[in-house]
Amino acid sequence: MASLHFLANPARFRRFTASVLPLLSVVTVLALACGLYLALIESPPDYQQGETVRIMFVHVPSAWLSMLGYGLLAALGAALLVWRHPLAALMARASAPVGACFALVCLVSGSLWGRPMWGAWWVWDARLTSMLLLFLLYLGHIALTHAYDERERGDRAAAILALVGVINLPVIKFSVDWWNTLHQPASVARLGGPSIHPAILIPLLVMAVAMLLLYVTLVLVRTDTEIDRRRLEIATLEPDERTA
Amino acid sequence: MSGHAGFIWSAYAVAFLALGGLVVLSLAARRRVRRQLSARGLDKRR
Repeated sequence: MASLHFLANPARFRRFTASVLPLLSVVTVLALACGLYLALIESPPDYQQGETVRIMFVHVPSAWLSMLGYGLLAALGAALLVWRHPLAALMARASAPVGACFALVCLVSGSLWGRPMWGAWWVWDARLTSMLLLFLLYLGHIALTHAYDERERGDRAAAILALVGVINLPVIKFSVDWWNTLHQPASVARLGGPSIHPAILIPLLVMAVAMLLLYVTLVLVRTDTEIDRRRLEIATLEPDERTA
Repeated sequence: MSGHAGFIWSAYAVAFLALGGLVVLSLAARRRVRRQLSARGLDKRR
């Protein structure tokens, strides 16, 4: 928590970003290369699903990161509304499109996995529908931040949406337990440990770490850009508007 | 890939295009904003 307060200052955040980004970028590329090698070459086909199980290595990490990203968006929303955190609005603007992209990858890869396994591109199943809702919440957040002439009003409206929408996260997670769904139940984050064989679980976890690193890298780069964009906006304001 | 190669490669292609595209767009936006800051003499990091 102390480190979060330390990074709350935009100048300090930028110094931190400048120092970690070069190494983080290199580690991300290496982790992605390693993950793709394990996912496409090393891992064996599944005994039931055959080679199509390889779609899981992009589908599942995308789902996890889109949910994690929305959790971050809600936390940033709370930080903005409760503490008027100077960096929270900028980071929320920066991170929403990243989360939306991961949600989109999850939905499309899931559809491409569903067609050969279920015989349908899409079903209005509880898991799929709640995931689609998450994607729409991301789009709503992006739209709201750009919907007002006054930037602060857009940021506050988007923060409220992020906080209201967070109720969807447990619905996504437990939808396969609460309703009869076509989607398979949890097989990694479950009581009793993962039910996946290590030969498939390890590539999945490596891809998840690689995608998490990509998510963090993107959010840092985009937040840094948002800080610069804000400086540019302030510089272009008339002197009386700057003090308003 | 047992007749399902099209589905598998399409999933990876979508992930590559969406996430790779976002990386390219993010870096391009960063470069553009920094150029604008530089043009205004505000490029010194604070």
